[in-house]
Parts: sequence; structure tokens; C-alpha cells
Amino acid sequence: MTDREFEFGLNTFGEVSSDSSGRVLSEAETVRLMIDEAVLAESVGIDSFNIGEHYRDGHVDTAGHMILATIAGRTERIRLGTSVTVLSTRDPVRLYTEFATLDAASNGRAQLIVGRASSTDSFPLYGFDLADYETLFEEKLDLFTRLLRDQPVTWSGTVRTPLVDQRVSPAIAPGSIPTWVGVGGSPQSVVRAARYGHPLMLAIIGGHPSRFAPYVDLYHRALEQFGHPRLPVGQHSLGFIARTDEEARAAYWPEFERVMTQASLERGFPTPSPERFESEIAHGALFIGSPETVAAKIVESIRDLSLGRFDLKYDIGHLSRDHRASSIELFGREVIPRVRELLAEEPVAAVSHA
Amino acid sequence: MPNTELNLGIVGAGKIGVTIARAAVAAGYDVAISGSGPAERIALTIDVLAPGARAATLAEVVQHSDIIVLAVPTHRFRSLPRDLFAGKVLIDAMNYWEPIDGTDDELASAPDGTSVVVQRCFPSARVVKSLNQLGYHEFEEGRRPRGTADRLGMAAASDDREALSRVLELIDRLGFDPVDAGALEAGVALGPDGPAFGVGYGAEELSKLMWVPDVA
Repeated sequence: MTDREFEFGLNTFGEVSSDSSGRVLSEAETVRLMIDEAVLAESVGIDSFNIGEHYRDGHVDTAGHMILATIAGRTERIRLGTSVTVLSTRDPVRLYTEFATLDAASNGRAQLIVGRASSTDSFPLYGFDLADYETLFEEKLDLFTRLLRDQPVTWSGTVRTPLVDQRVSPAIAPGSIPTWVGVGGSPQSVVRAARYGHPLMLAIIGGHPSRFAPYVDLYHRALEQFGHPRLPVGQHSLGFIARTDEEARAAYWPEFERVMTQASLERGFPTPSPERFESEIAHGALFIGSPETVAAKIVESIRDLSLGRFDLKYDIGHLSRDHRASSIELFGREVIPRVRELLAEEPVAAVSHA
Repeated sequence: MPNTELNLGIVGAGKIGVTIARAAVAAGYDVAISGSGPAERIALTIDVLAPGARAATLAEVVQHSDIIVLAVPTHRFRSLPRDLFAGKVLIDAMNYWEPIDGTDDELASAPDGTSVVVQRCFPSARVVKSLNQLGYHEFEEGRRPRGTADRLGMAAASDDREALSRVLELIDRLGFDPVDAGALEAGVALGPDGPAFGVGYGAEELSKLMWVPDVA
């Protein structure tokens, strides 16, 4: 893979920010902030801006496609995507219309990551039963893939009404909207991504990223078995960049502690400690530090996992808009060029798949 | 006659099922593992992530061993037949998380732990709560030979003492210091919100954390 093809993305889960005085922004202000941040991301050379889908307090990414459409009107080059879309609880036809329209309006810049969701808040909200978790995703991925690649579509299943010889507008060149499958560690999800011939996005939010190397091997072997060409693997991780390592840790820790404490209450895990935080930065999946530190860590991941894409999730809790902006700037202006430089010095070796 | 003492069956080929399969193969077990559906569907996964284990159907897994690990998504176990595991040692490796598994009134309000509910669901099985405390990465990276200084503890709880002793032996072979947590309801301490959940402790420290919370 040449460095030209490599994609550096910025991910947001629509987390409500604050200003430098500590005032928490309104939800509407945060929506507008994301639009400004995407414009900034383009200006500093980041390849894509990707918005999540969450239905919980403190997140305003429930209708990412609307935000992306607004960004499309204010930018020219940056790709506009999701990180991730909860396909299980969306209607694939509706989703197709939204992203085919976004693709048309942005002159070919739409992309998606689709997944089953790790938090399942959208199920009761949209009237779906968690017992159908597997079936919903499998059938909807099948239909959505066909709408993207092979119209007109004749389809029937259990999760929605059948379609007969159906065309849905606006038309796109078949397969032209990149659609990645996001996985969190389920082997079946990895194999499913390969079966449909979609690129694989690994959500790596704890532990050393090299832990996922066996999944990359599984993905590559499954692609071969299904007769697909080699497709890229991406990584999504949390991170924050400041001038120095100390500055980055000091700014990130209070928000990390608050968000992780909430998550630990929900999932029964122990509350986060400063030691655990330090260890995740040093040996785990937090990409926090100076541009040099973060660049070196990204390069390590690229080599360990043969990555073709790296997405940095830049928002967390009420992290202030100033910190978010400076992190985005440093990512685009310093980290990305430095990663490319390091890769050029020693290109990633071809992966063996014995 | 093969040495069936070292046979292990695993129901569920997700993250934790595959991780346990890999550990068991390394420990010398003959492992059969099933996913949701035909064996071929998980054959490649098992070949790559747990080489040496055999992808099988649910019926073959149950046939294969006296000790079965139940590692399906928690919202799924109720769909299995009531007497499927008759007479088997059934290790409940599942955790109930409402945000993931959806609301299950019986599991959410189980004062004696979710394994007691699993035992009610499979009355003819000999249920042991274990192998659920650590995340799959921590499980994979925590395994150590017996006697290693930083070996982690792994607890098991059951009302069936003989079943429990067999699981404690399995834990030791898999690479953890076994900790007898007592009766099945003590499994509360091993699950989400319990003191032993999600943290790797040595056996001594882990033993001290085993308590049944006062729910009065």
C-alpha cells in the first residue's frame, strides 16, 4: 500500500463540548461546532470526517447525515462519512437515499462505516427487539450492499417488506460509496465483512492494538476464501494531541475519567485510575501525547495490523472546543505528515498469510 | 477409548468462546466448539483463531464432553432446550449487561446472581459459574504456567462440589490459580458490579473478595 492511498480520518461521536471558561455548550452549539471542525479538518489536510450515531445524554450525533450535508456545502475535498451507522435499526433503503444524495451533493465524497452497535439504545427507540440483533444486521447489510452495488434490486427477508425490481434514486456508480464494516472483536463480524467484500474497520478502544492481529489474519484469509481481492483494514481509536505529552495527558484525563466512570457504572467494570490511564497511553489504545509520540504510535499500529486507514476519535466528554481545535490542527499539520515520513523511511512489509 | 477427561465442549464461538478454545487447546484439551448454525460457518474462524479446536454442531459439542462451557450471548441461552445439558458440568461464562443484552427482568433482579437463573433454565445440568471474570484479551494475556509469580486467580462457584472440583482443575490447566468461591450464589461476586469482575487479581487477593452481598 502506498502512502497516497492511506486514509487519515477524524471521528466524532457528537460529544457536547465546552468553551474556555468551562461553560458547557448547548447541543445546538455543538452541532454547529462539528461543522466548523470539519472545515478546519479539511484545511489542515485530514482525509475524512466521520460522525457516529448515539442516542444518549451528551451526544448529538443522532442525524449525522444532516451535519455531513452541511459540511459538504462548506468544503471541497474532505470525505464525509460515519463512524459508525447502526445499520441494524435503520431502513437500508432510507439510508441509501441519504448517502447517495450526500454523495451527489458533495461530488462523490460520501462514505460509511456500518455496524451492529456496541450500545443498543437505538433498538427500543426505533421499536426493534434485541433478540433480532443478528438477523437485523445480516439482512440489512445484505440489502444495503445490493442497493449500493446492484440496482435494480429484488430482495426479500424477514426484517422489512420485499422489493421487486426496485430502483432507488439518486443513482450512483455501482459500489462507488465506500462502505466499511465496523467490528469490535466478534470473529463472526470479521468473517461477515469479508463475505460481503467490504473493508474492515476495527474499533480498538483498549489494550495493545497488536492484539487484533489475529483478526486481520482471519479477515485476509476469509477474503481469499470468498474470492475477494485484498481490501484495506482500518483502526478507530481515541486520541488527543497537544504540544507536549504532559499537556495532552493533563487536558484529556478529567474528561476521560468522567466518561469512563459513567461507562464503568453501566457495565460493572472498575472505575478508571490514573495508573490505568498512563498504561493505556504507554501500551494500549489511547493515542495521546505530542505529535511525535502519537505519530510513532500510529506507525506501530500500521505495521502491526497492516492498516490502510487510521481514524482518530477526537472528542470526549466536555473536552473544550479550544482543545479539540488544537488537537485537530496538530493531527493534520504535524502527525499525518510525520506518519507519512516514517512510513516512507521504512515501508510496511507485505503481510504474510500462511 | 480416548481420554475423555481432557475433552472440552464450548457452546458459542464469539470472542470469549474462541479465547477459551485457544487456551484449552494449549492446555492439551481436545476441544469441540459450536456457533449459531452449521459447523462450516465457523470453520475458518476456528482454524485461524483457535487452531487445533474442532468446529462442530451444538449436538456434537454436547456429545463430545462431560464439561461444557456456555458462552453464547446472554439473551440467547433461553432458546436452548431445557435438558440439552442433562448430567453435564455446565460452566456459565456469560455476563448480563443490560445495555448490551437488553432488559431481562429475571436476570436484572436476580439477587443470587444470574447463574442461579441459568441453573433454573437447565435444571438437569450441574451449573458452575466461572471463566466470565476477565475480558477476552485479559484472559488470553493472563494465562501462565502453574507456579509463575504473576499468575492470576480465577474463581468458580457451584452448589455441586464434584462439578466444582472438576472446573477448578480445568482452570488450573488453562493457566490460572483456581479459587473456590463456594455456592453458586457466590457467583454474584464474579459478575458485573461484583468486586472480582474485570480486574486480574492473584488467587490470594481474589479469595478475599469472595463474598455474597447482603441483599436484605
